Amino acid sequence: MIEVKHLNKSFDGKQVLYDISATFRHGAVNQIIGKSGSGKTVLMKSIIGLFKAESGEVLYDGRNLLDMSKREIKLLRREVGMLFQGSALFDSMSVIENVMYPLQMFSDMSKIDVEKRAKFCLERVNLQTHAYHLMPGEISGGMQKRVAIARAISLNPKYLFCDEPNSGLDPVTSLVIDKLIEDITQEFNITTIINTHDMNSIMETGANIILINKGHKGWEGSKEGIFTDDNQALNDFVFASELYKKVKLANQK
Amino acid sequence: MLGLDTVGRYVELMKRTFSKPDNWKMFWRQLPKEMEKLGIDSIGIIVLISIFMGAIMTMQTVLNTENPLLPRYSTGLVLRDTMLLEFASSIMSLLLAGKVGSNIASEIGSMRITEQIDALEIMGVNSANYLILPKVIGLVLCMPLLVTFSVFCGLIGGTGVAYFTDLIPVADFIYGIQYAFIPYYFTYSIIKSLFFGFIIASISAFYGYYAYGGALNVGRASTNAVVNSSIVILLMNIVLTQLLLV
Repeated sequence: MIEVKHLNKSFDGKQVLYDISATFRHGAVNQIIGKSGSGKTVLMKSIIGLFKAESGEVLYDGRNLLDMSKREIKLLRREVGMLFQGSALFDSMSVIENVMYPLQMFSDMSKIDVEKRAKFCLERVNLQTHAYHLMPGEISGGMQKRVAIARAISLNPKYLFCDEPNSGLDPVTSLVIDKLIEDITQEFNITTIINTHDMNSIMETGANIILINKGHKGWEGSKEGIFTDDNQALNDFVFASELYKKVKLANQK
Repeated sequence: MLGLDTVGRYVELMKRTFSKPDNWKMFWRQLPKEMEKLGIDSIGIIVLISIFMGAIMTMQTVLNTENPLLPRYSTGLVLRDTMLLEFASSIMSLLLAGKVGSNIASEIGSMRITEQIDALEIMGVNSANYLILPKVIGLVLCMPLLVTFSVFCGLIGGTGVAYFTDLIPVADFIYGIQYAFIPYYFTYSIIKSLFFGFIIASISAFYGYYAYGGALNVGRASTNAVVNSSIVILLMNIVLTQLLLV
């Protein structure tokens, strides 16, 4: 479980996050949602420690990130997997080398075991074997996301972060990736945090949702409450789309 | 203040770069790859430019020093000492600042803007150490080899002019190359090249590492890397010459 308490973050004197408190549940897909520029990426990067928050607490199963030494943060990072918006695969390495990299770096496994584990992870994300030795630039965006997920889970992380996992993907592939993240979260009992503004993704996997609005926590709930809650910030976000307005009207009837 | 801030960030980055690698095995695997990419792959251009440089210097020296008081072998001597003292180390380093420096800055810069460096940091890898250290050490180790090649090829270029033209007899030219050779000049050239190798790799990596935004800024980082490492090489050249020769 990850808990955030009274988190504040600013850049050059301009406050971006205001007193954010939230709980991200263990073994569930937690989502940070909000409009572009609302501060959700800053929140996610502050939780991971890529940005240092000015005040507050970020508790990883009770361990406060902001009180940790550099060494402790480094050790914590080995419990973390991350899927980046653009996949962030190392373009000088092949697909399988990308997945093997964290294992080679931080495990004592033999070469054969490293390869076995990498293949297991790639099979788990349903990547065809012919792609294993291709370079990241030679595979599709959807396949790149799968490889990035395989790399993220290779060291059996306790915490998985996904920054806009559906960006640049078609709706069908997006659903496949969402389902994959959800399945992996439950199968490996991980605390997963997804940063998204994709409504399909929110309705598909949002077990615990936090809405960020202009740097403040605007709403907290689950996908079931998305259409029924009267929260103004939530309604502004969700019903910006005509389609969802119609869904709401249909529900009211 | 901006300059001081840049120097501060550079020192901070070097501190992170020269820390113990997270995994020595990965470092030793990366080092030969970088040596090949930065050093061995530069031999071709070094050879080409050095041969032409040696040839042209020989022609210019012969044509501009036509004086009965100057011995004919002086052309070979001038070429050898100029190649050793200045051209093989300083001029070749300026050339490498363009070729290798822009390569390092754009490679690391692209990794920065595509979040590959963030991915390394998230894994708990010291990205500065993992990416920059093998490049710095790799280039520094290759520099003596490149300087030696450059001197050798410059002399071949000069000998070629003597052989294929009637500007200077080959025997006189060869005698000049061997005349009053001071071995320390070679040591001096190697020492300078080690410093210049460090400057090229570290400054270029610095600009790449702190690139931000998009492709335009990677290009800008690459330009800054070449310009600034060239300036530092020129300044360092004066300092080293003062320390080692004067």
